[in-house]
Amino acid sequence: MLKDQDRIFTNIYGWADPGLKAAKARGDWDGTAKLLKLGHDQIVERMKASGLRGRGGAGFPTGLKWSFMPKEVKDRPHYLVVNADESEPGTCKDRDIIRHEPHKLLEGCVVAGFAMRAHAAYIYIRGEFVNEARRLQAAIDEAYDAGLLGKNAAKSGWDFDIYLHRGAGAYICGEETALLESLEGKKGQPRLKPPFPAGVGLYGCPTTVNNVESIAVAPTILRRGASWFAGLGKENNTGTKLFCISGHVNKPCNVEEEMGIPLRELLEKHAGGVRGGWSNLLAVIPGGSSTPLMPIDVCNDITMDFDALRAAGTGLGTAGIIVMDKSTDIVKAIARLSYFYKHESCGQCTPCREGTGWMWRMMERLVRGEAESHEIDTLEQVTRQIEGHTICALGDAAAWPIQGLIKHFRPEIERRIAARHAVDAVAAAE
Amino acid sequence: MPKLTVNDIEVDVEDGSTVLHACEAAGVEIPRFCYHDRLSIAGNCRMCLVDMERAPKPIASCAMPAGDGMVIRTDTDRVKKAREGVMEFLLINHPLDCPICDQGGECDLQDQAMGYGLDGSRFSENKRAVDNKHMGPLISTVMTRCIHCTRCVRFATEVAGVPELGAIGRGETMEITTYLEKTLASELSANVIDLCPVGALTSRPYAFTARPWELNKTESIDVMDAVGSNIRVDARGAQVMRVLPRLNEDVNEEWISDKTRYAIDGLRRQRLDRPYARGRDGKLHPISWDEALKTVAGKLGKAKAKRVAAIAGDQCDAESMFALKSLMARLGSPNLDCRQDGAKIGGARSSYLFNSTIAGIDDVDALLIIGSNPRVEAAVLNARIRRNWLATQMPVGVIGENADLTYATQWLGDEASLLDDVLSGKHKFVAKLKKAKRPMIIIGMGALVRADGASVLGKARQIAETYGVVTDKWNGFNILHSAAARVAGLDMGFLPERGGMDVAAMAAAAKAGDLDVLWSLGADEIDYADFASSFVIYQGHHGDAGAHHADIVLPGAVYTEKDGIYLNTEGRVQYANRAAFPPGEAREDWAIIRAVSGAIGKSIGMDSLAEVRDALCEAVPHFAMPDQISAAKWAKFGGRAKLSSQPITSAIENFYMTCAISRASETMAECRRAQQADAAGAVAAE
Repeated sequence: MLKDQDRIFTNIYGWADPGLKAAKARGDWDGTAKLLKLGHDQIVERMKASGLRGRGGAGFPTGLKWSFMPKEVKDRPHYLVVNADESEPGTCKDRDIIRHEPHKLLEGCVVAGFAMRAHAAYIYIRGEFVNEARRLQAAIDEAYDAGLLGKNAAKSGWDFDIYLHRGAGAYICGEETALLESLEGKKGQPRLKPPFPAGVGLYGCPTTVNNVESIAVAPTILRRGASWFAGLGKENNTGTKLFCISGHVNKPCNVEEEMGIPLRELLEKHAGGVRGGWSNLLAVIPGGSSTPLMPIDVCNDITMDFDALRAAGTGLGTAGIIVMDKSTDIVKAIARLSYFYKHESCGQCTPCREGTGWMWRMMERLVRGEAESHEIDTLEQVTRQIEGHTICALGDAAAWPIQGLIKHFRPEIERRIAARHAVDAVAAAE
Repeated sequence: MPKLTVNDIEVDVEDGSTVLHACEAAGVEIPRFCYHDRLSIAGNCRMCLVDMERAPKPIASCAMPAGDGMVIRTDTDRVKKAREGVMEFLLINHPLDCPICDQGGECDLQDQAMGYGLDGSRFSENKRAVDNKHMGPLISTVMTRCIHCTRCVRFATEVAGVPELGAIGRGETMEITTYLEKTLASELSANVIDLCPVGALTSRPYAFTARPWELNKTESIDVMDAVGSNIRVDARGAQVMRVLPRLNEDVNEEWISDKTRYAIDGLRRQRLDRPYARGRDGKLHPISWDEALKTVAGKLGKAKAKRVAAIAGDQCDAESMFALKSLMARLGSPNLDCRQDGAKIGGARSSYLFNSTIAGIDDVDALLIIGSNPRVEAAVLNARIRRNWLATQMPVGVIGENADLTYATQWLGDEASLLDDVLSGKHKFVAKLKKAKRPMIIIGMGALVRADGASVLGKARQIAETYGVVTDKWNGFNILHSAAARVAGLDMGFLPERGGMDVAAMAAAAKAGDLDVLWSLGADEIDYADFASSFVIYQGHHGDAGAHHADIVLPGAVYTEKDGIYLNTEGRVQYANRAAFPPGEAREDWAIIRAVSGAIGKSIGMDSLAEVRDALCEAVPHFAMPDQISAAKWAKFGGRAKLSSQPITSAIENFYMTCAISRASETMAECRRAQQADAAGAVAAE
C-alpha cells in the first residue's frame, strides 16, 4: 500500500484549499525555475527514466512522446495541448485534479511545455465540467497574477501562456486528433495518422497532446527524482496512479495507489469492499467503459497495471474501475455501453458509423433473449470487423466490452435466448 | 523515389505517392469509395485497407504515404476479411433498391459488392431511412443510399469553392446536406453527381430516362464556352440523353460546367427541322430544299458581290465556316466576319489566344483579370485558378466586374483608366505583378467588345511587356473567349478581306440600304433590326433571333449532330464526333453551303467532309493536328488611342443562357429561376 509520503495528489479529496497559497504550501510551484534549468532535453530524459506511462488510457511512455517533438523550433511554434475532455464512463480522476489540485496541472504545463519548447498550452476541458472550468480558470488567473505564467513564467526566463478551451460535450473530442480539430473550430472528427501531431498538430504545428494526470504528476516526478517514481509500482508499470472506483462497492472513491496493486486489495482497503462481500462480485470493468470486463475468477488475483491487465485480455485504460455485483444484469449493462458508443460515434468512417448501431441493436435483443443463438457469433464477428479497421480507437472501444461479455458470459446470453424461445413456444402452442 | 514491394512485386513510385498509388503501379486493384485523385484524402470509407509488414492492424492505403522499403500485401486473409467487413457495413443500411436507382449499372457500390461482398445479409434490424435534401434543379437526392464518403462535400468546398454542402449530425445519424436546403450555388455543381459513388446524388433532368447500357457513347467536344471541355455524349437513337465529362488533364481535367451538361434538353426544342421561307404575310412557311436552294441561288446570283456579307456565329464548326468562306471567295465578296459581338481582335495569333495554355494556370503566381468573369465565362477554367489560389494564395487583381469568383480577389475598379495606372506603375497592384515570377493577364470579351477594344488590347500588351508577363520562356498574356467557334474563325481568317466590312460596317451598310444579302451562319447575337432592308439567309439549328428575322431558313445541325473541328481559347485543335443525326430535313452545315454553291453554279468543290478538311488543313495546316496547340509568335498588336471613360464590364450576365441551345433549354431556365430566387431570398434575409 502506498505510503502517505509517496502520494503526489495530497489534496485530491479537496480537504484543503485548492488556491495558490495552499497549493504552494503543499509543494506546488516550488523551485519551478530550478526544474527548468535542467534544460529541455534533460527533463525529457528524466521523464523517460521515471517510466511514466500516459494516464489517458493507451499507456504510451510520456517521456518518449515528448521526445518526438522537433529538437528546434523552426517556422512553426510548438504547442502543448492538455486533454481534459475526460468523458470515459467510470472515470473521474482528471475532474478531481482540476477541482482540487489545479496548480499541479498548471505547473506541469509549464514544465512539459518548456521540455517540448512550447510557449503555449491549450487545456481542452469537457463542456459539462462547468464548475471545474471556472475553478481552473480561477487558478490560471491566480497564477498569472503571481507571475507564474505569462512572460518569464515563474522567473524561469521562459515565456509561457495557458489557454483554457471548453468543449461542447462530445466524447469523441477526447480522441487527440478530434480534440485538435475541435480546438481549431471544426467538427470534432479524428484525423488520419500519419501525420502524427508531433509533426503536424494544432494549426499544422508540432503538438503534443497529454492527459491531465500525466502532466500533473510531472513536476513532482522531477522534484523527487525519476528513481523515486520508478521505484514505486512494478517494472515497466511504475509510479502511482489515480484509481476511480465506482459501482457496487461500499465506498466508491478516487484513490491514489501504487501501480500493480492487487485489485482485491484496492477494493477492500479503499472502497470498503464489494457490496455483500467479495463472493458477491460478478465482474469488474478495470479501465473505463471501453476495456473488456473481468469475471470474478480473473479478479481474484489480478494486479492493476498495464501489462497484467493486458495479459488478462483487458486493459488498465484510465483506471476507471466499475464494480458489478451479482445483482447486475450484465447483458443490459454492456448493452448500455453499446448505446453510449453508438451515440458518440462521430460518423466519419464506415465500420464505426454502421457497426456501433448494429451492435447496439443486437445487444438490445440479446438482453431480452430475442435472438437466435448463432447471432452471438455474428455479433462477435461484427466486433472483429470493427476492431482495428477504423480511423481512431472509438471503434475498438465499442467492440471490446462486447467481446469481453461474450468471452465470459456466453452461457448467460444463451440462457436468455433459450428462455425466450421457451416462452415463445408456449405462446405458439396456446 | 521510394521503392516498395506489393504482393512480392517491386515498384518505384514518385515521391509523395501513397501506398494506394504504389499498389496501382504494381497492377493490384484496390477497392475504394471515398478516395478520389482530385480531392483531398478523407480515408473514411476504409475499403482500401491493406496489410503492411510490422503494422499491428491493416492500414488505409489511400492515406498512407509510400515509404522506402515498405512491404505491402493485399492478398492476405486479413485484408480479405477487412474488405468484406467494410462492404457488409456499407450495405446494411443501404436500401439495395438498385432496380429503381438511376445509378444502377454504373454504381461503384454495386460493382464492388460483386467483387468484395458476401452473398447474403446477416442484418436483421430495420434499415436507416434518411430524408431527401433539396439541392436545386439539377441534383436529385435519395439520401438513404448515401454511404457518407464525403466526396461531394470535398468537391464543393475544394473545387467549386462554395460552402453550401456539408455533413451534420454524427454517428449513424450523420447526414450530408446543404444545411439550409439551398440550391448549390456553383456553375460546377452537377459534378457531384459523377463523384457520388452510389445513387444518393443523381441527375434530376436525366432521372428515369435511360439505363447506361442502352446508350451509345460518343466522344466529343463541348461548345457552350470556349474552354472546349472534352465530353462524352450518350445518345439513345436520335436523342441525346446526357453529357458527361471526359478526362483531359490539359483542358477540363474531369469536370464540366452545368451548362455543358444540362443545356442538352435545348437540343430537342425550337429546332429548325426543315427549310422555311418568309411569305408575303410576313410569316415563315415551310418549303422544300429544292425551293430553298433555288431562292438562295437566285438572290446570291443577282446580288453584287460587294453587297453580299456573311457572319459566322459562336458555335460553328470550322468546316462549315471554311465552306462559307470559300463560297464568299467564289462569289467575290470580301465581307465576312466571325466576331458577331464586334470584339476588336484578329491579326497576330498571340493577340487572341490563351497563350499560357489552360494548364499554365497551375504555374501562375499573380493574376490580373481585365473585363472578365471567368466563373461564368469558363467555369472549369476558373476552378483551376481557384486551385492554384488555394495552394499559393496568389494575388488576383480584377479590373471590371467585381464578382465572387470563389477565391479572394483585389478589385481594382472598373474604370478603363486603371489600365493606364497599372502601366505607369502608379497603382499599388503593380508591386505584386513585379514580384511575381510568372504573372498572368486574362482579358475577357467584356474589355474587347468596347469601341476602344483595340486600345484596351494594346494597353494590356504594354502592361504584359512591362511586367514580365511575356518573356522568352513564359507567355501569360491570355484572351479568354466565350465563343467556341471564335478561335477557329480567326485562325482561318473568317474576317473582312481587303476592303471588306466587319459586323458593324455591315449593319451600317444595311441601314443605308447598301447590303442586299446577309448569310448568317448560326449568328443569333446580332441586332437583326439593322438588317431589315437586306435579304437574310439564316443557316442554323434553332428558332432563335436569327430565324425570327430571316427571309429564308436553312436548317443545320447542332454540335452533337456533326463531325466538326473546334479550337478552344488556347487554340487547341479538337475533333468532335457525331452522336446523333440532325432532325427532319436538317443537314450538316458544310453540305448545305456546298449545295448552295452548286445551285448558283459557283461550286466550291469539296464533295465530302474529308475533302473539306483536306482543303481546310491545306489552307491552315495546324487544323490537321488534333489536341495540339501551335505556339503563337509574340507581336506588336493593339491600338494606342485614348481609352474611353466607360466602365469595363464582363461579357456574360446570365451564365445559364448564352446561346440558342441554352436559351431553348428548360433546365437552364429552371436553373436561372432558382438562382434568381436564391438571390432574392438572400436580399430579403438581409
